[in-house]
Amino acid sequence: MLKDVSFGQYYPVSSFVHRLDPRFKIVFLIAFIVAIFLAKEFLALGIAAALLLLAILFARIPAGKVLRSVRGVLFLVLFTAAINIFFHGGETVYWSYGILQVTKEGILFSAFLVIRLFLLVVCSSLLTYTTTPVSLTDGIESLLTPLKWVHFPVHELALIMSIALRFIPILMDETDRIIGAQKARGANLDSGSPAKRIRAIVPVLIPLLLSAFRRADELGDAMDARCYSGGKKRTKYKKLRFTWRDLIAFLLIAGLVAGIVVLRYFPVFPV
Amino acid sequence: MRIVAEHLTHIYNAKTPFAAKALDDVSLTIGEGEFFGIIGQTGSGKSTFVQHLNGLIRVPASLRRKKKKDDPTVLRAGEFDLTSKKTDFRALRRQVGMVFQYPENQLFAETVFEDVAFGYKNFAEGKPSPEETERAVREAIEAVGLPYGEIKDVSPFDLSGGQKRRVAIAGVIVTKPETLVLDEPAAGLDPIGKREVMELLHRLHESWCKTVVIVSHDMDEIAENCTRVAVFHEGKVKYVLPPRELFRRTEELLELGLDVPLTAKLCLALGRRGIDIDCDFTTEDFLRKVLARKKGGAC
Repeated sequence: MLKDVSFGQYYPVSSFVHRLDPRFKIVFLIAFIVAIFLAKEFLALGIAAALLLLAILFARIPAGKVLRSVRGVLFLVLFTAAINIFFHGGETVYWSYGILQVTKEGILFSAFLVIRLFLLVVCSSLLTYTTTPVSLTDGIESLLTPLKWVHFPVHELALIMSIALRFIPILMDETDRIIGAQKARGANLDSGSPAKRIRAIVPVLIPLLLSAFRRADELGDAMDARCYSGGKKRTKYKKLRFTWRDLIAFLLIAGLVAGIVVLRYFPVFPV
Repeated sequence: MRIVAEHLTHIYNAKTPFAAKALDDVSLTIGEGEFFGIIGQTGSGKSTFVQHLNGLIRVPASLRRKKKKDDPTVLRAGEFDLTSKKTDFRALRRQVGMVFQYPENQLFAETVFEDVAFGYKNFAEGKPSPEETERAVREAIEAVGLPYGEIKDVSPFDLSGGQKRRVAIAGVIVTKPETLVLDEPAAGLDPIGKREVMELLHRLHESWCKTVVIVSHDMDEIAENCTRVAVFHEGKVKYVLPPRELFRRTEELLELGLDVPLTAKLCLALGRRGIDIDCDFTTEDFLRKVLARKKGGAC
């Protein structure tokens, strides 16, 4: 049932990529995304793809997992590709019907877009596969620290994020249990007209909401009981540290960005 | 109905790094008319096992798709073969009522009546008439010992903990299931609430559901109530014995990290001083035997 949902979930193995500092992983991801948007030609995307492949190999994530992350956006990607093939226009026309035109430029351009979107999705899910939600929020909190100067509640935001992430599996379990209980009472959740299905959700939704509120109350009480009072003077259990791994990753990413910028101005195979 | 499981294995998240074997080659038969107990530590597989009984957890699809001749797995509840592809789960769930842990968490309707009627309407053939529904709901609410007239229009969320639990149980027994499975039916209640729930289950066992299966942590509860007990340990069945014989193995049970009834502990302590009490570990029988010994002047 719901326990089998795996998109964007942490994949627990120990690897080079897993042990990178989460702050840098987030920065690397942003740099990588910027790089693939700067790329103007296939060679640049090819280099980015090669680097990403290397990262996946080093992260020891099975290929099936990576492909599954792509499956979620497959429709969007194909849709974008189709639109571009027919509407891009260009010099070398292969086929045309009214305003629809299939051109060499159009095909190349949509292939380019497809690769770019795939790279985007794969590199983002690589981050969530290799970083626990807790260290991810730690990283975000640390990166947002400068905003404290303008009295932005960075710590509170990070806390909200980590609580929300922490509660996803709990609430999923709870949903499973409630679905089980209502199924045992003959609830039919999988078939019938859309109107019927929406009505069938009520017996699951109400207990779930109640339990979420109850848990929130309990968590609030527990935090009060331990004198939790926000960000000031709190120390970290896990200190984030820059290590040799981060240095290697930094050099690779910096090389990639530099390479792509150079290729942008001195293209080898322009599209 | 008779429940038969042979070589039943269940792995959660099979083929992922999260894989966890919850049941490991479990073979167990529960006879018709029993008041059967299942005990074991947290994570021993007892909840997984009982959820198989009404098809909420199913045997792996690979096993159902083509029934391999050499696969020894058997799972039957009465005439239902749960390893088959074509099990009628609606009919099965009508026959095997399942009360989850903290069943009050499943309440959702605006009134007690509506909540109890939910299961009845779901399982009814066609649309039941209001009179039929009302009769079934009235019977179920009265069977769990609540005053129908006073309570039927109250919101279930305004009731006390014990009352909520009774309403939830009524919501399951309203279809008159032949077998009733309860996961920790008395958990989280105060001692009086616990006793009331167990008394309720006995009444139901006599007049309402032929077979009752309970999962419990509370050994006193098991000793007082069950005809036979299965002990689960790390996904395997260690013993299936009547409480009278099971709790004689006090030391073995303690070794498995399980508790024993207070009476069993007292028997053990007395035994160490050379006083053997042969009782069935219910408080009543224990006291009677001890008093008999005292009168006999043995100590």
